[in-house]
Amino acid sequence: MIHFVLLISRQGKVRLTKWYSAYSQKERTKVIRELSGLILTRGPKLCNFVEWRGLRVVYKRYASLYFCMCIDEDDNELEILEIIHHYVEVLDRYFGSVCELDLIYNFHKAYFILDELLIAGELQEPSKRTVARLVAAQDSLVETAKEQTSSITNIIAQAANTASL
Amino acid sequence: MNPFSSGTRLRDMIRAIRSCKTAAEERAVVRKECAAIRAAISENDQDYRHRNLAKLMFIHMLGYPTHFGQMECLKLIASSGFPEKRIGYLGLMLLLDERQEVLMLVTNSLKQDLNHSNQYIIGLALCALGNICSAEMARDLAPEVERLLQFRDPNIRKKAALCSIRIIKKVPDLAENFINPAASLLREKHHGVLITGVQLCTDLCKVSSEALEYFREKCTEGLVKTLKDMANSPYAPEYDIAGITDPFLHIRLLKLLRILGQGDADASDCMNDILAQVATKIESNKNAGNAILYECVGTIMSIEDNGGLRVLAINILGRFLSNRDNNIRYVALNMLMKAITVDAQAVQRHRATILECVKDSDASIRKKALDLVYLLVNESNVKPLTKELIESLEASDQEFKGVLTAKICSLVEKFSPEKIWYIDQMLKVLSEAGNFVKDEVWHALIVVISNASDLHGYSVRALYRAFQTSTEQETLVRVAVWCIGEYGDMLVNNVGMLDIEEPITVTESDAVDALEVSIKRLNSDLTTKAMALIALLKLSSRFPSCSERIKDIILQNKRSFVLELQQRSIEFNCILQKHQNIRSALVERMPVLDEATFSGRRAGSLPTSVSTSTGTARNLPNGIAKPAAAPVADLLDLSSDDAPAPNSSGGNFLQDLLGVDLSPASAPPGTSQPPKAGTDVLLDLLSIGTSPPAQSSSSASNILSSIQDDKTSLVNLNGLASLTSLSPNATSASPAPMMDLLDGFGPSPQKKEENGPAYPSLVAYESSTLRMTFNISKQPGNPQTTLIQAIFTNLSPNVYNDFLFQAAVPKFLQLHLDPASSNTLPASGNGSIIQSMKVTNSQHGKKSLVMRIRIAYKINSKDVLEEGQVSNFPRDL
Repeated sequence: MIHFVLLISRQGKVRLTKWYSAYSQKERTKVIRELSGLILTRGPKLCNFVEWRGLRVVYKRYASLYFCMCIDEDDNELEILEIIHHYVEVLDRYFGSVCELDLIYNFHKAYFILDELLIAGELQEPSKRTVARLVAAQDSLVETAKEQTSSITNIIAQAANTASL
Repeated sequence: MNPFSSGTRLRDMIRAIRSCKTAAEERAVVRKECAAIRAAISENDQDYRHRNLAKLMFIHMLGYPTHFGQMECLKLIASSGFPEKRIGYLGLMLLLDERQEVLMLVTNSLKQDLNHSNQYIIGLALCALGNICSAEMARDLAPEVERLLQFRDPNIRKKAALCSIRIIKKVPDLAENFINPAASLLREKHHGVLITGVQLCTDLCKVSSEALEYFREKCTEGLVKTLKDMANSPYAPEYDIAGITDPFLHIRLLKLLRILGQGDADASDCMNDILAQVATKIESNKNAGNAILYECVGTIMSIEDNGGLRVLAINILGRFLSNRDNNIRYVALNMLMKAITVDAQAVQRHRATILECVKDSDASIRKKALDLVYLLVNESNVKPLTKELIESLEASDQEFKGVLTAKICSLVEKFSPEKIWYIDQMLKVLSEAGNFVKDEVWHALIVVISNASDLHGYSVRALYRAFQTSTEQETLVRVAVWCIGEYGDMLVNNVGMLDIEEPITVTESDAVDALEVSIKRLNSDLTTKAMALIALLKLSSRFPSCSERIKDIILQNKRSFVLELQQRSIEFNCILQKHQNIRSALVERMPVLDEATFSGRRAGSLPTSVSTSTGTARNLPNGIAKPAAAPVADLLDLSSDDAPAPNSSGGNFLQDLLGVDLSPASAPPGTSQPPKAGTDVLLDLLSIGTSPPAQSSSSASNILSSIQDDKTSLVNLNGLASLTSLSPNATSASPAPMMDLLDGFGPSPQKKEENGPAYPSLVAYESSTLRMTFNISKQPGNPQTTLIQAIFTNLSPNVYNDFLFQAAVPKFLQLHLDPASSNTLPASGNGSIIQSMKVTNSQHGKKSLVMRIRIAYKINSKDVLEEGQVSNFPRDL
């Protein structure tokens, strides 16, 4: 089981955190601090696993971002690397060659996509196309709702204008 | 409309925060935004609620407190629109965790959303539930989730499956409700549903043995078939990764098969073929393929024995181990660790490669490899493996040295085939990484050296050599200093030379040089310096030619700013200057630091005392009985550090002395009614032997500092003090020489003998060969204290040499033994030995005196030991 997912920039800024096990806010800050110290200092050619508090953290660097997932001792580390890659590919497909800025300004989108990929720390969907389709469908639901609201506000505004005239 | 909340859009806020140059600037921006959001919350602003929550989430990620937004999440979730709910659930998962009470408030909204007509809203609710639900929520909402496992849309079914995993983990009792629906998920074609269904079954098996039995019986074949189809499926672009169809599903199927096959021969048998197929057919040039192979090896190792498959699996691991990719090597080491319990022999074959990994540049791999090597070591391969490990110690970085050193020391101690090898290896470790060696480890080394009497010379010479080359390792210096102090004469005279040794010429002054260096080293700490001072004191009697120089070095510390060193320096100087007559006895070699060999050693060291012993009772107050030497030296040494190893053996040795064996057989014939209570009390007394001996050592050093201290410490330390007085020979002699050291001020306890007996004398102990009579008197004005004069009479026709009387009392008593008048008891009652003692009864008037005694002597150099218990004291003592 994945206990948490972290996206940390090379400068140590947190770009995304997702907790599947119970960590209090205080613990979360501590975990992030500890792990960024542990992972960001590792050289490029070393293996992608670090042992930490009896658990194992699998990380992979894409450009300036480190994708980290914390798993149990007996989980398959190599598979987690695939899951990280899977997530990155979905992000890439969604944003169109994703970069760190996309994830900063659209952090909520990154969360929505992750929620279609993982629940309860387990993989939910192996098909990138399905994930993309589900996220797009929900995005369009939001768009429709927005249009409706704006048209309603327009009507109200117009009505108000006419009334005031 | 609120002027604050309408101000900035999410994008603008993020931009504003990112453009901040300093942390203070950023804090200011965040503070302003938070103020605006708070204002909007208090005005119950609806239009911008989801935008505000999005901002809050960003602020939360930066690490600022955002608890005031928690209720906003609930409000958004309760609103009707999809966009509000979407952001509301996201905020809920980010800002809250399962342990917060607020979470309970969302249960009702969740329940409604799980029954919503819009499947995306159901999806949101399932996702939130699966990620953060608490046990109570799990119980409340389990029926909804169970129903959704059969929902028409597969995307909801898969979410419900993962949600169920969380539920059964939180509330394992609910597992049985999910067994049937989970089993039906295994027949699905949709990969998302299948993958989550397999995962649900795996977790069900973990929490419920009932589920395990059910799936093993009903689903094993189906799962094997699914895996077979998967392995043989043609190219499927949607699920393809590196030419393999859905490695995620492969891995999950293998994982579930592992659980089903474990401990069940039939199920294991059923999956043999497909495992062999996966293990041989999967390409191992990409990570995805290796991930499957790794999982497959794990399954093969866990299921019931099939020799052929195991060979296949170990071969895959061997291939992994020689892979250039660090990740692959890491998982190989990880799996070999599990495989070692299954097939240690096969893992041993890869020993050389694993040892290479201990020297790897990657810390994760090094650590894993070291853990594995540690498991690989046994009696037969300990020598070559330790050699390799010590070699890699030289190459490793500081951080790893600590871990490695601890492991090597533990291995050497555990498997050491012979003492000389142990000493050699420890020496190498000490010279290479002495600063990482824990105190227990070098203490243990000293105990071993002290016990290996034939290796004393060898050890001190080897340590001297090592000391010459690496003075940077603190613990090496300490052990070397201790050994030079104890066995300095062997160093100089090349005593006990072994064939393998190269001859070495060390003069007395060289040895003193070494100690001087270790005192003057800048980085020597207090313990080392203090140990070196003691070593110098010891050498002063062993190397008479250097005694002036030693005195100078000791004197230099008189002005030390460290109290401990200053004090030692002054005390030792006093011994050197004023007490030449006792010095050689005082600094005698320490007794062997081990219970097992102690008794033999003591017997060996006693005869030397005859020559120096003064003999007549008149000389007593100033006559220093030789037997005092060893124990006092012992105490001095103990006080040099808080060594647990020597201390604990000291405890043992006291126990040994008291005779742990309290069986009736050992009760002397003379004691008419060995009271049961007395025995218990004595047992109790024995237990003191294991109580912190550090204290006793400190009391010992106090003894030196002043006679007042001596007395108070004896009184205060209650049980311990009695222990001190019990310690072998120190018993009788310690008070007198101590007072003497301090130029004999303070009344001599001997004078109290003059008080004369106020009680009739009693025969405290009598055997066919020996009689002990007690003359009892009281000190006026001190009813608690009893003065006892013990008179020993020889009833046999033989002379008793090396006569030694020892006594032990329970905790409520304190015993103070004065030196005996002589240690030779003439034959046939033609003379006697007189020894005085003082007993203080802290329970005076409530409990009467009781004492356990032990008398040792020699007849024609044959050891005789008599033991007994004195319980016939007058009642009111």
